[in-house]
Formats: sequence, C-alpha cells, structure tokens
Amino acid sequence: MNDIFVLIEHRQGVIRDITFELLACGRDLANKNNAKLTAVILADNFEKIIDKIKTQAHKIIAVENPIFKEFNAESYQIALVEIIKKENPFLTLIGHTAFGMDLCSSLATELKLPFTTDCLDIKIDDEKLSVTRQMYDGKLNSKVVLKESPSYMLTLRAGCFPAEDSSLDAEIEKIDSPISVEPDYRKFIEYIEIVAGEVDITQSDIVIGVGRGIKEKDNLPMIEEFADAIGGVVGCSRPIVDAEWLPKDRQIGSSGKTIKPKLYIALGISGAFQHIMGMKTADTIIAINKDPNAPIFNEADYGIVDDLFKIIPVLKNKILEMKA
Amino acid sequence: MNIIVCIKRVPQTAEAEVRVDSSGKDIEKDRLTFDTNESDTYALEEAVLQKEKFGGSITVITVGDEDSEETLRIALAKGADEAIRIKAENFDELDGFKTAQILQSIIKNMDYDAIFTGCMATDDAYSQIGPTLAELLGIPHASLVTKIEINDDIAQTHRELEGGLLEHLEIKLPALFTIQTGINVPRYASLIAIRRAARKELKHIGADELAKDGLNSNSFIEELFHPPITKIAEILTGSPDETSQKLAEIIKEKI
Ligand SMILES: Cc1cc2nc3c(=O)[nH]c(=O)nc-3n(C[C@H](O)[C@H](O)[C@H](O)COP(=O)(O)OP(=O)(O)OC[C@H]3O[C@@H](n4cnc5c(N)ncnc54)[C@H](O)[C@@H]3O)c2cc1C
Repeated sequence: MNDIFVLIEHRQGVIRDITFELLACGRDLANKNNAKLTAVILADNFEKIIDKIKTQAHKIIAVENPIFKEFNAESYQIALVEIIKKENPFLTLIGHTAFGMDLCSSLATELKLPFTTDCLDIKIDDEKLSVTRQMYDGKLNSKVVLKESPSYMLTLRAGCFPAEDSSLDAEIEKIDSPISVEPDYRKFIEYIEIVAGEVDITQSDIVIGVGRGIKEKDNLPMIEEFADAIGGVVGCSRPIVDAEWLPKDRQIGSSGKTIKPKLYIALGISGAFQHIMGMKTADTIIAINKDPNAPIFNEADYGIVDDLFKIIPVLKNKILEMKA
Repeated sequence: MNIIVCIKRVPQTAEAEVRVDSSGKDIEKDRLTFDTNESDTYALEEAVLQKEKFGGSITVITVGDEDSEETLRIALAKGADEAIRIKAENFDELDGFKTAQILQSIIKNMDYDAIFTGCMATDDAYSQIGPTLAELLGIPHASLVTKIEINDDIAQTHRELEGGLLEHLEIKLPALFTIQTGINVPRYASLIAIRRAARKELKHIGADELAKDGLNSNSFIEELFHPPITKIAEILTGSPDETSQKLAEIIKEKI
C-alpha cells in the first residue's frame, strides 16, 4: 500500500498535541497495512520541529519557507496539492481542529479525493476505507464507507488516538516550497488573545459548569450562590458565552479553557466533545442533567438524573449544613 | 452587498432520545422537534447586519425537504429577501460533498459578494459544506469566523482557534465565511414579519433543473448505532432530598 501521510500542526512555534495523536494513529495503520508513515511539515524553521517528529515517522517531507510561520489554509492548499499529487499517498490524516476544519474539505475537493471529517476510528480492509463518526449531539455513532479511491483524506477528532513514544529514525526529504508569497486573497495579520477577567477558572479546585439547561440569565445568581457555598467558581459551556451571560474566559472546552480541578460539577450540560475536551481530566466529575441519555453521564463519575432547579437549592443547604 | 446564506433545518437532539429507524441508516424523526441549525441562525443574522450597513440583498438557500420551507420563511421574516429550496427529495445519498456540489450548481450563476454558512450542522456534524463550496466556486474562504468587518472588497476577519485564541485575517471578496456561534446576537422574528413572510413566494429547484450527472457522494452511511459505553456514571437515585444528601456526602469526601 502507498504511504500514510500525517500533516504536522503547529502554532506559534509549538507542535500541537493533536499531531502526536495523528502520528500514533498513522503508525498503527501503516504497521497493519504494510505501509510507511510520512510526516509532512510546512514551517518557517523546520529544525525547531524536526527533533520531536523524527522518531515518530518513517519519513519526513519538509517544506521550509517564511510564509509557513503561521497557518494559512490557502497557502497550505497550494503547497499540499503539489506534494500529494506527486507522492500519491493512500491516506492523508489531518487534525479535526480549527486548522484542519479550515483546510481539509477544500484541499480534498481540489485534489478530487474522497474525504470525510471528525473521525473517531479508521478501518482499512482490502484498501477500502471506512470510519466511525459521531452524529446528533453525540447520541449516535455512524459507520461511514468512503467511495473507493487510490487516495483519501480524513480529519481525526482529538482524544481518540493516544499519543505514543516511538523509536523510528525518519529519513528526511527537504523540498522547495511550491509557493513563497501569501496569496493576495487571504492574508494572515495577527493573533489576538482572549482578555483575562477577574476570575481564573483554571486556578480553582472546584468548578461549577453551567450549560444551556439553566434556561435564563436570571438563573445565574442561584448558581453563583451554590458555587459560593461549595467554595468554587462558575464556568460554563459555549452557549452561555454566545448568549453573553458570562464572559469568554469562563468558557470550558476546546475553544475555551482547559481546566483540571479536583471537582467539576456540570449542571444542564449535555457533554458535547468540544466541552469534554476542556474538563475530562478533572479528578472527580459530577453531572446533573434531566436527560438520562446525555453523553455527559459517560464522562462523569457520579450523576443525578433530575431537574437541576429541584436539586441545586436542596444540595446547597445540605452542603452549608455540613460545613456548619 | 449581496449575500447568500446557506441554511439547514435540523432535528433538535440535545435533550431528546434519538432512535435508529428500521433502515438502520437514519433516525426516527416523528417524535423530534426541528429548528434552524444553530450556527446558521448566526450566519443569517450576520448577513442581516451587513445588509443594514451596506444595503444589498440576502438570498437564503437550503437543500431540504418540504418541511424546511418553514426554516426559509423564518429567515425571510428575519430579513432575507429571497429564499430558494433545492428539493432534497430529488437526490439520494446526500453527504456534505454532494450537497456542496448541488449548491454550487445554483450559486455559480448568482451575483454575490459573500456567502455565509454555519460552521457546523448539529445533525451530521461534518463542517464540510462551506470550504467545499468555496473550492468548487473558486473563491477564498475562512471558517469558524467570529468577526467580519468589510471595507470595499476586503473583509477583516477573525477566526476562532483552540483555547479561544483568535486569528485576524484579511480576505478578499467575493469569499465564503463559515460562521461560528456567538459572532452576534441573533434576533427573533416579529409576528408581523412572520405573517408577511408566510405570503412570500419561495423558489423551488428540482433535480431536472440541475445537471444531475457528475454529482457524486464521497461517503455513505452504512449503519447508525449507539456509542459503545466505556464508562458510566454512578447514578444516585431517590427524591431530590435523598439524591442531594448522597451527593453532598460524596462532595464532602472529595474536597
Ligand atoms: C468548533 C467548535 C468549538 C466549540 N467549542 C466549545 C467549547 O469550547 N465549549 C463548549 O462547551 N462547547 C463548544 N462548542 C459547542 C458544543 O458543540 C455544544 O454545542 C455545546 O457544548 C452545548 O452546550 P450545552 O451542553 O450547554 O447545551 P446543550 O447541548 O443544549 O445541552 C443542554 C443540556 O441541559 C439539559 N437540561 C435542560 N434543562 C435542564 C434542567 N432543568 N435540569 C437539568 N438539565 C437540564 C439537557 O438535557 C441537555 O443535556 C463548540 C462547537 C464547535 C463547532
């Protein structure tokens, strides 16, 4: 079988964690199918990156050019079309991240490759490719078969393939960049960090997460009182920030903060994977949700299936009594 | 500023029980409620805000069944000028790629400065349509967009990355933007506007009006199934007083 390609994702000079998950997945597939794993790096300064990748792949294709200091889907696409056309890998793996979501579909479309996104598992049988995906708010999985083709492209969800040590010694091929000027129709300008507020939810041992289940902004004070009683701070899921009920720095998840408290209590949060990514390493996770099928219960250690408005006032008093 | 907004009607599954139907490839829809896909409502609002600033017109398009006309009418009530339904019932095996090809075959003949789509549909969660459509149309795109400021033919654009970090880009119009939730605060449609929209003409496009050959799916759902359970919480049972008591004891022990 032809090679498996993994596209290295880096930002602000640092390789992103997803890269090592992609490499572990790619190595596993390569081993099972008698193929080689090639890591493809587009960077401004490739020496900084190569040491960490060298043991992880059989081969590295490196394109060095100042325009690859930052990610630009359009520049990446121009370069990768050339490389993939020439090398013809069986499969190209990209992270299902802000980087991969911006790049994969248009790149695969230009290359006329069958592709799909946000894969949790990959199977190759007889050079036929099928994947597991998630649908309907994480309530169902699907088995998806891709149209037969000599070459495919997929994005993989973070957290599905554990990163692993490896002791390969990659052969390195440097190639000239097919592009050296950023296209005039899309230009990277700068990064903007989120503004820090008065509460840093990453520093608290106890975090109370509120989600869309609290229904109205007016219900927030009740949650704040509960957090005070228990000695924690209030964080939230994305819809609460979208509605401007809490500031962005309270958001927990892939596009918000990653927290590692001793105790996390999710109130009216369904447990979308983007949320889970921000809190799954909490020591103890408790969920209160009225939907017994909410995916959050597959992440939590303890749960109550009930209306949070019935539980929280009672629970608050019990905790205050115990403290007294 | 002429803007095209691609929208979709989706089942609301966050709080519902989702069952696989007898085909094994789709879900039972009769007990579910449906609404406009969440990020699409932000895409539409963004178009309305741009129109309020620059004038022009908004066309909403869906590849959907007859029921999705309700979604189009809500969009008309919120400020869209034209609405097109491409009859999904005329096509089978609609994955993101095929849907994008169908949209492209209509949009390529339209006059537009920008196309907005949601960044992800909550039913199939592909996040494919926007960038695929942009590529098929040969225009630039930016996905997961949380701010668009247009000056002449340049859009100062923010994309949201992991950890809430933003990326500021300059995108040349015409271009496609996949809109992330939270970019604005979507309005509600007024009752009068809803009544007015109910009388508006919708445009219907069937398969016979499209070049059907050459439309390809990339991927095929073979089976839907409940996710294997790797871990399950210990569920505390009883009245609110009992469950709260048990939980308070657990909390006390953990902190
Ligand atoms: C690129 C991208 C990035 C994202 N990043 C993030 C992120 O960083 N963080 C994040 O959280 N999300 C993120 N999301 C959004 C994510 O996909 C979900 O939409 C979101 O997490 C859902 O929030 P929720 O659980 O509060 O709401 P819902 O999914 O609507 O769930 C509400 C829950 O409340 C329960 N409920 C309702 N009423 C009650 C009641 N009275 N008592 C008890 N329970 C009740 C319901 O049963 C349901 O389970 C991102 C999405 C995308 C596409």
